Amino acid sequence: MRLPFFHRAATFEHGIHPDYHKETGSLPIKRLAFAPRLIVPLSQHIGKPAVCCVSVGEEVLRGQVIATADGFVSLPVHAPATGVVEAIGVMPAANGKMVDSITLRVYEADSQQVQVSAPRDIEAMDKKELLAAIQSTGISGLGGATFPAHVKLSVPPDVVIDTMVVNGAECEPFLTCDHRIMVERTKDLIRGIRIAMKVSGAPRTIIGVEDNKPDAIAAIRAALPADGTITVQALETKYPQGAEDTIIYALLGREIPAGQRPASIGVLVNNVMTLAYLGRLLPAGEGIVERVLTVAGPGVEKPGNYIVPIGTPLRFLLEQVGAKSSAQEIILGGPMMGMTISSLDVPVTKGTSGVLAFGKGELQEETPRVYACIKCGECLKVCPKFLNPSQLGLLAAKREYAEMAERYNLDRCFECGCCSYVCPSHIPLVQQFRIAKAVNREKASA
Amino acid sequence: MNPIAHSPHAHAPVSIGKVMGTVLLALTPATLFGFWLYGWPAVNLWAVALIAAILGEAFVVRMQGRKVRPVLMDGSGILTAWLLVLSLPPYAPWWIAVLGSLFAVIIGKQVFGGLGQNVFNPAMAARVMLLISFPLEMTTWVAPATPGFMESLRITFFSQPIDGMASASLLGHVKTEFTRGIGLDQALTGYYAPLDMLWGSRTGSLGETAAVLLLIGGLFLIARRIITWHAPFAMLLGVAVPALLFNAIDGNHYAGPMVHLLSGGLMLGAFFIVTDPVTSPNTALGQFIFGLSCGLLTWIVRTWGGYPEGVAFAVLLMNAATPIIDQYVKPRIYGRDRKGAALTANK
Repeated sequence: MRLPFFHRAATFEHGIHPDYHKETGSLPIKRLAFAPRLIVPLSQHIGKPAVCCVSVGEEVLRGQVIATADGFVSLPVHAPATGVVEAIGVMPAANGKMVDSITLRVYEADSQQVQVSAPRDIEAMDKKELLAAIQSTGISGLGGATFPAHVKLSVPPDVVIDTMVVNGAECEPFLTCDHRIMVERTKDLIRGIRIAMKVSGAPRTIIGVEDNKPDAIAAIRAALPADGTITVQALETKYPQGAEDTIIYALLGREIPAGQRPASIGVLVNNVMTLAYLGRLLPAGEGIVERVLTVAGPGVEKPGNYIVPIGTPLRFLLEQVGAKSSAQEIILGGPMMGMTISSLDVPVTKGTSGVLAFGKGELQEETPRVYACIKCGECLKVCPKFLNPSQLGLLAAKREYAEMAERYNLDRCFECGCCSYVCPSHIPLVQQFRIAKAVNREKASA
Repeated sequence: MNPIAHSPHAHAPVSIGKVMGTVLLALTPATLFGFWLYGWPAVNLWAVALIAAILGEAFVVRMQGRKVRPVLMDGSGILTAWLLVLSLPPYAPWWIAVLGSLFAVIIGKQVFGGLGQNVFNPAMAARVMLLISFPLEMTTWVAPATPGFMESLRITFFSQPIDGMASASLLGHVKTEFTRGIGLDQALTGYYAPLDMLWGSRTGSLGETAAVLLLIGGLFLIARRIITWHAPFAMLLGVAVPALLFNAIDGNHYAGPMVHLLSGGLMLGAFFIVTDPVTSPNTALGQFIFGLSCGLLTWIVRTWGGYPEGVAFAVLLMNAATPIIDQYVKPRIYGRDRKGAALTANK
């Protein structure tokens, strides 16, 4: 039930209102220096890893392709700085896995200028050429999903997209990089939207922005083209407003049928950062060598939004922003869906939207006591998918993982974490659901 | 560095202890009013009930080989005993409170596996047990009075007869008069003063009489989002609607809605008993059905049952029906229709 009289801004049902901590939203984007060494993983996207095309000892220029895409669902990797290839081999990644990476020793006093580019006239290009060009930029979903942009924009011939939704909700606490992009790179964003509309065939676009970013809404509104094909809509500030299901419902009132993709209801969703980089890099003919990300949290002295070269080790990044010695917990992404890391010697990748640093107990009570479920139903009131996390949690405790999937729609859960957030008994609900899903996946593949 | 933790890394500032504490706070005005109205015996009874619950729970938890402190810290045992004592006659002897409290926390809750596992509301289970086992002690009511402290000890601990102050609750009085063939027009004369009923200075259980204070406590819980309006509102509706209807048909044999709403344990039941999360359904619609049924059953027991008051019986019956309600009343899953089939892709 939507109540337009009470909600000035569009929204979805359920969800939570965590403390937002968007203090960095007013700070202009700044550039970060090059780290002496950059670690560039070959797989920073969903799909097949890129294939390395340089050798150890080879000199590379900033912007040069150092690994090529392996097929359609894959992306190339560009050298983030001018330097020499020091090593090619496995290095630790943020998720704890060892992944194939290229290690670059950066030449001192290197210019931030991108050395390799091939400007294009995007107006003269057709869909097919544009898609190939988008793949060559190496852009994946920069909101964190890391799905290759050109794959997402490749709409099958039998599918009609009537609306492109541009996700500027940025509902995760602390993160403000999308906010700054919308304010400072509005023209890039609009250009990116134009390209995406042309490629996907979407006749109109709605940009959804949470109403805690009025300056972003104003900046976009001022830059909108006069033809009315692109509009901007304020969204209620509520987590997880920026999830695919919720933002589509908030802006269009449509639900994605279970087991389907947004395209089945004629919708395509893209993140503002992805489109802004597309609008910037595609005409310039450059590859993605850096990204804007938020560094924040009580554990850093100079929080803000920084342009960070891909491959920058987190240790270097945190040194540059003045990490305090009290900073014990480092989160990549936001506090609701991001992950903590166990080592600082892992690099920033294309999907890193934020680096947050907290001291012990600063984010939440340390190891809170877990009580039994009192069936208070708080989790039912917040689940944006209308699941019954309480019941799922009771089943998970008994390891009835198959029952969870068959009767309680476990597979609809997208792990936003609202249930765990509100649970007065501090039951790690979504954490258990991840385990249940993993076990079910393993059983299905066995 | 900390070991890898899974998201979310933030948590709302809520805990079981805070929830229970807020409910206790909401009960405090009505409880203090009960102390003021009935004097020291009420305080004695309250203290005895709470101490019995704490010691009894500690004992059985220890016997289970579990840590005692966290169980006591959740506050649910204290809340149970508190709710029970509010439903007892204020001058009941000490062992009624002790027996009731022990039954509530041990048989009512710990036997089922502790917090969150019990099927029946522990306080109401204990109240019904006491009512069936000790009908005399459980229906010996007194008019509001304030005996001195020493006398209160004699009342609570040495079962001093309280004939001089003995009275009957409104519902009990009406039921007795009905059996004598006396209609409501006479039975209520001198017994029913709406304002006194509202404020609670009447004969009744320790903490059930102050309708307004219980209502304020309940609204406070709704404002603090500990409970929702569905179950309480539905329960009041479930009593008021049939009362209104039957009173209009035969005013001499069926009490009107105000008499029902303001008497017995209805206000306490509506805001503090049927809202118990553990033993009630977990969807808003389910809670509404649950509350409505509790109200209806309460009115039926009061009107045609053998006991003058029916809140406890109604709640226990509906507790048993809670799993069935939860089975049939489920939220519609995103992307699916009410029956659970995937939506079709037309826009």
